Amino acid sequence: MQDNSKRFVERDRNWHPPAYAPGYKTSVARSPRQALVSMQHATASELTGPAFRGLRMGPHDNDLLLNFRQGQGQGQDLPQGERIIMFGRVVDQFGKPVPHTLVEMWQANAGGRYRHRNDNYLAPLDPNFGGVGRCLTDEAGWYRFRTIKPGPYPWPNDPNSWRPSHIHVSVMGPSISTRLITQMYFEGDPLIPLCPIVNTIKDPDAVETMVGRLDMARSRPMDCLAYRFDLVVRGELQTYFENQ
Amino acid sequence: MKQPNSQPASELMLRETASQTAGPYVHIGLALAAAGNPTRDEEIWNEMARPEAEGEHIEVVGTVIDGNGDLVRDAFIEAWQADSKGVYQREYDLEKPFNSFGRTATTFEHGSEWTLKTVKPGRVRVDGIDEEHGAIDDKENDLASARSALLMAPHINLTLFARGINIHLQTRLYFEDEGEANAECPVLSRIESPIRRATLIARREEVDGKVRYRLDIRLQGEGETVFFDF
Repeated sequence: MQDNSKRFVERDRNWHPPAYAPGYKTSVARSPRQALVSMQHATASELTGPAFRGLRMGPHDNDLLLNFRQGQGQGQDLPQGERIIMFGRVVDQFGKPVPHTLVEMWQANAGGRYRHRNDNYLAPLDPNFGGVGRCLTDEAGWYRFRTIKPGPYPWPNDPNSWRPSHIHVSVMGPSISTRLITQMYFEGDPLIPLCPIVNTIKDPDAVETMVGRLDMARSRPMDCLAYRFDLVVRGELQTYFENQ
Repeated sequence: MKQPNSQPASELMLRETASQTAGPYVHIGLALAAAGNPTRDEEIWNEMARPEAEGEHIEVVGTVIDGNGDLVRDAFIEAWQADSKGVYQREYDLEKPFNSFGRTATTFEHGSEWTLKTVKPGRVRVDGIDEEHGAIDDKENDLASARSALLMAPHINLTLFARGINIHLQTRLYFEDEGEANAECPVLSRIESPIRRATLIARREEVDGKVRYRLDIRLQGEGETVFFDF
């Protein structure tokens, strides 16, 4: 397979957050001062990437209500909090579905506490909640998780900074050029416009791409609500004339 | 088509979902063992080559350093490299002796070093090697095809995520004992400053008879690593 037959739509780095965004204090010492070196022609190294159909996943890898249960119990060992389905479609910039791609997510529990040794927030851990999920998109680009809606939490940035509820989302797409990590926020959360991390992004339309929408049609009566979060990765172009 | 998750629609093309930092707890999601959490049956981690994999077995290690000269102890790094013959093995499968993709991380333990166990990659042609035949076919002798037939020096593509990094940083690791190949690599040559080019070259060490390459990634300031846009 020759990889010179394709390229990806250029990344708009004014749409994405800049490296240096001083309102988010950690970015000050962790942002390059030199310009990025642009590759005018991506090579085979950038135009390829891993495919994960051969990764053997567990039956509950995308179900955070069940994948950290401490017993095999009678419903007493489910995590606390708002039961939700988080689902959506991975498409590229031309609207083409991205099938069989790896979508991963991680999050805090209902009280805003992460299962990580460095998180010392006083809200307790939930013994039945790990906060990690993964799945492959299906043939049409759809993915789906079942989880608990994460709580907001305080963090040391400004004297009183709180993260909005959010789920970290990682998607591979067809190559390492499309690789993306983002965060899904929840529609209507008043903490979103106050957040220094959200506000690293200048264009309000770009912020909208990170907001999961309540979807009553996909919710399950007497069971759980649903949020839809579609992901758009860089569009793949064919380059017909490069070598002629 | 309507822009997902928002009202305004671009007529021609959707906008890419915006990036956000991976944050301080990326390890619980993408590097479970490094977070000290229980792992699943199959994890994507830093042993890219099993002992039976073909090629020269190497360890690749380094630290990540911020603009103050302090260690970054919560970085998450993805590696993408060709096998020892210069071919990208795209189908990830832990039963294969070699995977082109791997992940590693720095934490508050182990001196905050990241590590990859892999084989030294072969040279890759700029436009990719025919995976069926592994051969370079003849093309019209014009500039574009001459360029696409060029061989890059052996390298590992590294993608860096961490708290404070709003959009991931993309770089490459080259090998100091590949001087000739490095000198003619079309990508390394794109970096104007030879001093900056040197920030991508890993130093060779031998530790207990094992070959190890070390590359410290400097995010900012003196000796700042070259990061790419592609």
